[in-house]
Amino acid sequence: MSACVQDRPLSHRPAVRPPAGPGRTGEPLRLAALLAPAAAVFAAFFLLPLVRLILIGAGGAEGWSAYLTTLADPGHLDSLLSTLALSAGVTAVTLAVSTVAGLFLVRNHFPGHALLVALLTFPLAFPGVVIGFMVIMLAGRQGLIGTITQALGGGKLVFAYSMAGLFLGYVYFSIPRVILTVMAAAEKLDPRLEEAARSLGAAPWRVVADVILPALKPALISAGALCFATSMGAFGTAFTLATRINVLPMTIYTEFTLQANIAAAAALSVLLGLITWAALAVARSVAGTSVAAAG
Amino acid sequence: MPDSFHLDAVPIRLERCGKTFAGGARALEPLDLTIRGGETIVFLGPSGCGKTTTLRIIAGLENPDPGGRVLFGEEDVTALPIERRNVGMVFQSYALFPNMTVAENVAYGLKVRKIARADRARRVEEMLDLMHLGEFAGRRIDQLSGGQRQRVALARALVVRPRVLLLDEPLTALDAKLRDSLRLEIDRLLRGLGITAVYVTHDQGEAMALGDRIVVMAKGRVAQVGTPREIYYQPADGFVADFIGTMNRLGGMSRGGTLSIGAATLPWTGPDGAVELLVRPEDLALAGEADGHLAGTVAAAVFLGDRTRLVVEPADGPALTVDAAGRSELGRGDRVWLRVDPARLLAVP
Repeated sequence: MSACVQDRPLSHRPAVRPPAGPGRTGEPLRLAALLAPAAAVFAAFFLLPLVRLILIGAGGAEGWSAYLTTLADPGHLDSLLSTLALSAGVTAVTLAVSTVAGLFLVRNHFPGHALLVALLTFPLAFPGVVIGFMVIMLAGRQGLIGTITQALGGGKLVFAYSMAGLFLGYVYFSIPRVILTVMAAAEKLDPRLEEAARSLGAAPWRVVADVILPALKPALISAGALCFATSMGAFGTAFTLATRINVLPMTIYTEFTLQANIAAAAALSVLLGLITWAALAVARSVAGTSVAAAG
Repeated sequence: MPDSFHLDAVPIRLERCGKTFAGGARALEPLDLTIRGGETIVFLGPSGCGKTTTLRIIAGLENPDPGGRVLFGEEDVTALPIERRNVGMVFQSYALFPNMTVAENVAYGLKVRKIARADRARRVEEMLDLMHLGEFAGRRIDQLSGGQRQRVALARALVVRPRVLLLDEPLTALDAKLRDSLRLEIDRLLRGLGITAVYVTHDQGEAMALGDRIVVMAKGRVAQVGTPREIYYQPADGFVADFIGTMNRLGGMSRGGTLSIGAATLPWTGPDGAVELLVRPEDLALAGEADGHLAGTVAAAVFLGDRTRLVVEPADGPALTVDAAGRSELGRGDRVWLRVDPARLLAVP
């Protein structure tokens, strides 16, 4: 085609920079002055406490090596590994459930649709304590599941006060966040893409694998990273379910309040932050979009 | 064009294909239509006329109402979903897979059909060359212009050798200059491949240029089916006449073999009584006072380069559009006379 000379690519337009004139020499100074308040707040409420925490972690009898020896403690290592496993499991299950449910809710409209979406997002408002309370009511010693299994003659099934109970609670409060992200992304999918894939002979499962999931990938990675970070750091639910439950936030709490081992608590806190931050950083680089840490 | 690109020309038959959407809205009145093998048929009409619904019924993206049948050759495909009909589709929004390169997009249909890797690569390369896209094979979609994207979409649809190519407003998203060049490209491709093609557009220029036949649609019904010349020169009704090109309306009175328009009397065959007449701007001619049939005043003159389009207001009746030579000096307020060739007048039923 010869008539395509003016047919330019739709993106990547060259940016036009205004030339730097003589009146712009004071610019860096003025920028620094404008940034000062934000820098002060950042230093006072983020940098200083973090540095202090890192210093406390190294302030015990063992000094900086405490960061290594803390993990050498089998209890701590076990706690870290089980927290990682729990968070990974919660993230995987939440993503699977929310993707299916979110896609269904975007594509199907039925009476009570709006009410169902509202109900699904209900747990967003609950603190961890309430989630823990609900898990106990469901799977605790007086819980619904136990009563039913007993009535069926299978003995009382109680799993609220363990990792299984914690898993259930975390999935429950992670689903709303992920489902809302999935629904927002699914609404933006171009139905023509799916029709194009089908016209080329793709069966429904292939359309999901080749068109829908790649389009949802950034949303799934960012929602999954948030879900993972929240599960790593959540405390209220675990505290409500059992004080012996072996997740890192509980271990930090025990070291801090019961053992008064403040250096170890600080070292574990820094490690928890680092690992979660690293997980988010990996997610961010894979997704190519910004993923904010929260929780 | 290499022989290997020549595709089977499959005829398509629609039998009583209507479409009523949930909620009772009738999008398409039951339609019977035969599309000949290798023919390019254009569905033309304003938005909401049912042209896209018809295309989607042929594609298998919509089911016709019960009783309707879609046949590809002798095969009844009514119950087959789109993925089993072997059709090629091209969309207004291109609908290229953003997570794949140009070559991967084109290869997709072959991959789904489990064509061996080497064979796949060869066919993709041939198709990219045919569409002058060879140098873009490794590009991402967002690095392409609109025109390039639509050529990738065409290549992707054609590489699987579909039984029919379905194009849904493929040029609408492009700017005017590009639209013309890609239209020529599509025309060359459709003639060269000999494939049966169904093309949906609201643009009469595209329809006239590409269609072997045009189906003009309005409000879910077929208004007329015919070649571009038939549609242009013998419109079935006032809607078709107004939708295609510019059409003038004249009020006349037929009596005993003559027709009176204004002060002029012309020979005419037709039943006595008032008639509404249609005439194209190019079939009205400027004339002198002596041989003109209608007198009027120029209300507007638009210089178009090759011609000057005049809007002439006669003493009574609606304004008439007439073409004068490009170098015509006529302007607003000038008095002109128009001559009517009775052979070119169309009486609307």
